Amino acid sequence: MKVRNKQEELKHEVNMTSMIDIVFLLLVFFVMTFKIVELEGDFSVRMPLASNSTGVVDDTELPLKLRLRANDQGELVSIAMNEVQLGTDFAALQNTVIGLVGNAGPSENAEEGPEVEIDTDFNLRYEHVIEAITAVSGYKEGDQTVPLIERIKFAKPRR
Amino acid sequence: MRVKSKKVDLAEGDLTPMIDMVFQLIAFFMVLINFAQTEANDRVVLPKSVLVKPPDEALEFPIVLHVTQDGEVILGGEGFTTDTLRIGLNRELAVINSEGKKPGDANVIIRAHRNTAAGDVQEVIRVAQEQKLEKFALRVKEDRT
Repeated sequence: MKVRNKQEELKHEVNMTSMIDIVFLLLVFFVMTFKIVELEGDFSVRMPLASNSTGVVDDTELPLKLRLRANDQGELVSIAMNEVQLGTDFAALQNTVIGLVGNAGPSENAEEGPEVEIDTDFNLRYEHVIEAITAVSGYKEGDQTVPLIERIKFAKPRR
Repeated sequence: MRVKSKKVDLAEGDLTPMIDMVFQLIAFFMVLINFAQTEANDRVVLPKSVLVKPPDEALEFPIVLHVTQDGEVILGGEGFTTDTLRIGLNRELAVINSEGKKPGDANVIIRAHRNTAAGDVQEVIRVAQEQKLEKFALRVKEDRT
């Protein structure tokens, strides 16, 4: 008796070619559109227009004055906190702020606590303003952030 | 005479592991793709700060203003100067008003280029203040170095 080889049985194979084509197209699409996400965050600034008014103000609530001066190229040339010159060292600025407000950090009430007013030359590079805001807002201690001043506002632009 | 049918010996590779891998790659890219990047603008390179962290929840009623290196303000894909920005902001405020909210409830997100003049950013804030906007967020990149 002749025994048929089982391997000769008819195989029903699905044609994978079109699916693989589509799958590769999808892969190429995702690879091309992929962009490494850069994490972003915000510094909050609450500045109602009334805060620029020159009405009668309580001396005890006067904001700390941070003056940033720039040269013609927009580079930082000096930092002054309440008229005290600090060179161009943001670490010195931070130490000054720690000396002024202590390590207690800002009040739980967002409307209270120390406030800093940033008065900058018009052409100063924005990057330096953010460095200054970083220095006065707090510092990192390991993974923890120690807050200093959370209320920030800008003086009128200097033309 | 018996004629044997010719069977072409197809050397077929096993595609299963490759398809598995390709599907895994697709799943990886699909999960990581970030459609929120539509908020970004190629002309703006944000400054960095070690202190900022991505917010836990998105800001309510955001008005995103991109400030380019030369001081142009981009709002909703349209370019403005600080003199014409009021028109664009009024348009946004009309939408906010129609939802029964006040300008003070809106959050102005300022995405300024790191090399732009600080005065330009101040001017943008001043124009927004004149439209009774008062909550501002200066957006920066998280510096993990």
